[in-house]
Amino acid sequence: MPEHTKRPDAPSHSEEPTSSQQGGVSRRTFLKGVGGATVAASILPVVRPNAGNAQEAIKGVSMGPVTLKVNGKTHTISRVESRTTLLDALRNHLELTGAKPICLRASCGGCTVLKDGAPVYSCSILAMDAQGSEITTVEGLADGDDLHPVQQAFVEHDALMCGFCTPGFIMSVTALLNENKNPTLDDVKRSLAGNICRCGTYTRIFEATMTAAERMREGA
Amino acid sequence: MAVTPWKPTDQMTVVTKSTPRVDAVAKVTGRAKYTYDIKPKQCLAGRLVTCPHPNAKITSLDLSAAEALPGVKAVLALRNARDMCRFAGEFVAAVAAVSEDIATDAARLVKVEFETYPFVVREEDALKPNAPMARGEGRANANDGNVRTDGDVDAAFAGADATIDGTYSTQVQGHVCLETHGVVCEWNDAQDQLTVWASTQGVFSVRDGLTGALGLDASNVRVVTDYMGGGFGSKFGPGEEGIACARLAKMAKAPVRLMLTREQESTNSGNRPSSIQQVKLGAKKDGTVVGYQVRSYGTGGIGSGAGFPTPYIYRTGTVRAQHSDVYINAGNARAMRAPGHPQASFGMESAMDDLADALGMDPIELRKKNDGSDRRHRQYAVAAEMIGWSNRRPSGSLPGVIKRGYGIGSATWGGGGGGTQAQVDIHADGSVIVKCGTQDLGTGARTVVAVVAAEELGLPVSAITPLIGDTSFPPSGGSGGSTTTPSVAPAIKVTADMARDALFAKVAQALHTTPDLLEARDGMIRDSGDASKSISWKDACALLGTESMSVHGAHDRSLSSSGVAGCCAAEVDVDTETGKIMVRRLVSVQDCGLVIDKLTTESQIIGGAIQGMSWALYEDRIMDRIQGQQINPNLETYKILTTPDMPEIIPVVWMEEESLSRGVIGIGEPPVIPVAGAIGNAVKNAIGVRVPSLPITRAKVLAALARKGNGTT
Repeated sequence: MPEHTKRPDAPSHSEEPTSSQQGGVSRRTFLKGVGGATVAASILPVVRPNAGNAQEAIKGVSMGPVTLKVNGKTHTISRVESRTTLLDALRNHLELTGAKPICLRASCGGCTVLKDGAPVYSCSILAMDAQGSEITTVEGLADGDDLHPVQQAFVEHDALMCGFCTPGFIMSVTALLNENKNPTLDDVKRSLAGNICRCGTYTRIFEATMTAAERMREGA
Repeated sequence: MAVTPWKPTDQMTVVTKSTPRVDAVAKVTGRAKYTYDIKPKQCLAGRLVTCPHPNAKITSLDLSAAEALPGVKAVLALRNARDMCRFAGEFVAAVAAVSEDIATDAARLVKVEFETYPFVVREEDALKPNAPMARGEGRANANDGNVRTDGDVDAAFAGADATIDGTYSTQVQGHVCLETHGVVCEWNDAQDQLTVWASTQGVFSVRDGLTGALGLDASNVRVVTDYMGGGFGSKFGPGEEGIACARLAKMAKAPVRLMLTREQESTNSGNRPSSIQQVKLGAKKDGTVVGYQVRSYGTGGIGSGAGFPTPYIYRTGTVRAQHSDVYINAGNARAMRAPGHPQASFGMESAMDDLADALGMDPIELRKKNDGSDRRHRQYAVAAEMIGWSNRRPSGSLPGVIKRGYGIGSATWGGGGGGTQAQVDIHADGSVIVKCGTQDLGTGARTVVAVVAAEELGLPVSAITPLIGDTSFPPSGGSGGSTTTPSVAPAIKVTADMARDALFAKVAQALHTTPDLLEARDGMIRDSGDASKSISWKDACALLGTESMSVHGAHDRSLSSSGVAGCCAAEVDVDTETGKIMVRRLVSVQDCGLVIDKLTTESQIIGGAIQGMSWALYEDRIMDRIQGQQINPNLETYKILTTPDMPEIIPVVWMEEESLSRGVIGIGEPPVIPVAGAIGNAVKNAIGVRVPSLPITRAKVLAALARKGNGTT
């Protein structure tokens, strides 16, 4: 199952400004951004003047390099903020835009990638915490022009419409079939519970998953 | 040139068959680039600042702190001091910065002060005497609504053998586009030409919205939509966000990508209005409905548009209808998949089943008695057979804790076409490029273009390169009202036929025959009367030499039509101890005239069933009456149907020749319409008591059962 780690800087309702004055990035807001993460020694602290309140320096946001192994290739991004998520790093630094930003709070599965084979919500993992892991994105499934059996089955069964949720579903199905070669329909429904489609492709996704499972069992 | 009709369906090789969508590979590999994925060099991230109050006057707006934040490149006020904001989530300012996170920081640094006013966020509160005025003093929270009458409804009720009274209600539904609204704007160096990548269902309407707002000509703006992540009626114009983005990009002298946050998408990108319908329906013993009366209201938030068609579908003899739009301090409605119809259908279908129970009549028999569509009569028979209608027992008659029920609902829609042009280019190497300025919002428009061209040119679908989603292509309308396929398919056919005939003129000479005897099939052009006279498509195109062919054509009304019928049957189990509803199966039967691609048509029917079920059982915009904000502007608390609750869905594409021969009609919207009525009726059939308001939650099921137990239903 995808990790349900809450994205540290995800908008939280109780913390949205509701007073009659908006503004002022608090120190707490920024500290929240790196909460739970170990700041590596190589990451240089950056102090930003808080223009809203010049007396209060913002602490906690730091810039540094991050090294990620994605789809078998190692990439070093020279400068990212410590609060940068894996999803942000993939999309905005490595130009891998297959994983989609939809809810950004671990609810919809659109950003699902595999981390050491397990499906995770990349919106909810810091890029720095993905270091040392093997990350697989939807771009890494096909072998050149040869589609992965899950991708091929999605095409044949029309298991997509607008296609925005599709990469996330494909990664979740792939993770399921890597683990369970012979899933029942209920297994499929349960394992995809963390992904949302709005166009209404679930029926087709179930069909595609069963077809892909059969072909993967046959070693096709 | 005379337009030739669609060829007989038994001679079709691609149209009416199942073709996987032509852009599926791009979508499953992550190569498909959506607006959210577009990032020109040096692209900045845009972010909007919203009003946190449901009804407030801006007293001051200070951008300086945001402007001073390192990494911020442009800050723009969208409202002025003294402007009113009428719902929480209205846009008041916009920023552009070097990263999304810094743009978010900068948005928080925009200092806006407000004077707050009383507000109202629920329909029932807005209608109370002395309620706060949602739109300001002097503007009532509700209009009276015209009374529409047809015949003497009171006399009809007096003469009826059975009448029912019921109040049926439907909730506000969010579009919940998975790709939020937004654009990428890039100006040229001279800042007089603007290129926009937009997540839209209308590239031309986005262009026209921008030219109007920015004082530009159509020649100055190009809008591109290769792929877009869902619209459902909410994504036609550039929106405030699109105009703000263009202005930010100009200020920053750099491209800007501005996408709404999920919360902004929830509060300020449209919704389906609510409806509360007090219905009276009366009939004779034989089931002939003689009178329908409805007093309805509903809210489109701070906007209007909560009306819906009444009486829906069935002949009712006499009518009295009155509707009021109610205004509240919440984001305004926009068109949403079959605007008005799902609300109308739920109210009418619920009333029809309550009437059937009152008459002791089978619900399908009651419908057939009052439904003027012969096609739908035949569809009822198919749906009944497939759902196992014969297993249906009288409402509430089953013993046991878990009870099974069956229900049915009906739908109609227009879905005609027009206003579309196309260009077909045939090159000497045999390649075919078909251009049309439509866009694909997930229904498969790009595939429609390729399928029709392939049919007319006698080529495989893979031989066609369909290019859509660009205002530099021949114009087409927005993708709304189920008009895309009936607009696009005929335009492609007409243009492809013209190109083919022009090629025939070249080929005829080489084959020593006349153009009128030639036909294009299976990648060959041949004399229909003399098989020895043939040439491959590629060799034929080689005759073009250096003169590639480019032909421009337009939609022809003879090739499309409008008006569809459909119905949906549901089989549900209801656990009377927990209130849990388990939808077991949905059978959805739908016609759409000439079916272009059966595979994607089935997908539309399935998708409509899923979206309809999601609305029926789960979705609800919940407003906090204390703070005046939406409580659930995200995907974990705004509930959408997910996979564990999925029933078996059986799509039936109506392939009767009588329907196919009508020409092309749209299918995007109708399948969503009848689902909630069908499920609601199945629940009532199971438990013997009506749950009259959507979403049909466990709590409402249990409350209804308790009322029944108390004899207070």
